[in-house]
Amino acid sequence: MINRYEVFETNSMISDMNLDVRTITLGISLLDCADADLEKCCSKIYDKITTLAKDLSKTAEAIEKEYRIPIVNRRISVTPIALVGASCCKSEDDFVKIAKTLDAAAKKVNVNLLGGYSALVAKGMTKADEMLIRSMPKAFASTDTVCGSVNLATTKIGINMDAVRLMGEINKQIAENSALPDSGDCMKLVVFCNAPDDNPFMAGAFHGVTEADAIINVGVSGPGVVKRALEEARGEDFEVLCETIKKTAFKVTRVGQLVAKEASRMMGIPFGIVDLSLAPTPAVGDSVADILQEIGVEYAGAPGTTAALAMLNDQVKKGGVMASSYVGGLSGAFIPVSEDAGMIESVEKGAITLEKLEAMTCVCSVGLDMIAIPGDTKATTISGIIADEMALGMVNGKTTACRLIPAVGKKVGDTVEFGGLFGYAPVMPVNPYSCDNFVNRGGRIPAPIHSFKN
Amino acid sequence: METQDRIIITVIGKDSVGIIGKVCTALADCHINILDISQTIVHGFFNMMMVADMEGATVPFSDLSDNLDKLGESIGVQITCQREEIFDMMHRI
Repeated sequence: MINRYEVFETNSMISDMNLDVRTITLGISLLDCADADLEKCCSKIYDKITTLAKDLSKTAEAIEKEYRIPIVNRRISVTPIALVGASCCKSEDDFVKIAKTLDAAAKKVNVNLLGGYSALVAKGMTKADEMLIRSMPKAFASTDTVCGSVNLATTKIGINMDAVRLMGEINKQIAENSALPDSGDCMKLVVFCNAPDDNPFMAGAFHGVTEADAIINVGVSGPGVVKRALEEARGEDFEVLCETIKKTAFKVTRVGQLVAKEASRMMGIPFGIVDLSLAPTPAVGDSVADILQEIGVEYAGAPGTTAALAMLNDQVKKGGVMASSYVGGLSGAFIPVSEDAGMIESVEKGAITLEKLEAMTCVCSVGLDMIAIPGDTKATTISGIIADEMALGMVNGKTTACRLIPAVGKKVGDTVEFGGLFGYAPVMPVNPYSCDNFVNRGGRIPAPIHSFKN
Repeated sequence: METQDRIIITVIGKDSVGIIGKVCTALADCHINILDISQTIVHGFFNMMMVADMEGATVPFSDLSDNLDKLGESIGVQITCQREEIFDMMHRI
């Protein structure tokens, strides 16, 4: 039988160390909502989402009460809208109409974000893909909950440089048209290499075409728990350090597995995956950068940071994999700047640069995330940064991503405020030299040689 | 008895007369059987864990949880009621 110490350990993780389930994300296929008529398509989308997700919030609340574990977000991911709207959308405004429908459905079922305003264009763009991408500035400015993503590259296909160039321009347009202050609408867009079909985390969540009609995916968190466990291992060698991280990751992930199974049972929707990510928030004690400091670097970004992060990421996976029957999504450590108090401090101290962050993305779960850059950064420069990040993902066979905020009217040293879970970010300097000629070549970068495994 | 019927009740707070009695009465009123109790008092701080069985309970879990929250408020301690599975999942392979 469970003893008192185990009970108090679990409960102190929840009450003192910010252990929570970061999100229950309901993936919904909208492929069967496609229609040649836009009105019909929108009404099918609205009906399907509001029917399948009607109990999502209630279920999450019931689970919170039964186990006293906070479930921070309830979210929805849908089939990439470029596919769903391809037959009925004749203009960018038609896609915006679908975005507004998604927004209304999300609000009706009380979820705070809905992902899937997305296009998969690693090899080429259809007319619908391009229209959806070009509609993003207006779609994000006229909705509150809709998030989008664009998969620009994969290891098997290569990098679509035409799309990379376009996304640099679109990123700027979203910043300029942003309805949220400080170009905050840019938070709603992620560009990917090797985007996973079952990622529960926003803004990059979408319901892949390989998925079933509906599925429950759960994202766990717990940087605070790992940090506290490592405080007990101060001065110990790497063996002890790694064991500590693994054991902690196991415990954290088990909670995610329990919540996922319970949500699946209560809603009668199959369980998909648990995403074992260390996802920070701006709250004190909920920071991945603090873990890196506890491992032994003065600030995130100091020499040794990449190695420390590589080890952390690997041990989180090793501990987490055994704890869940299905692991997927992004699974690893997130290093968003604005959402992590320790990362913000590192930027303010000058300890971390965009280039160091890029290096860190080679060994962690995603990419350049929630980074504010000067508003006058050229579109081609943004495309260049995206291309670099895509190349890292393509060559290393991993997911990489960019979520940059070229904050209009802001320059290096200024701060942008996003509020709530999204935090704030100091504007970081960008390499001033041009990559115009590289970005403007057009075409595709072919897949790397090691992708030909057949 | 099914494992999913088992609940863990923890009580934390300043020690006073009759805490266990009041919690036990509240459970008995709902036909909830107590399987195990362990407690300590350190520097006047009361710390108790109780394992109970909801199999024959006359109220649903969420009502019990609300009732115990209110009882905790009235006697100045924090009472938390959770299903046992979360601890089993975390601490047992």
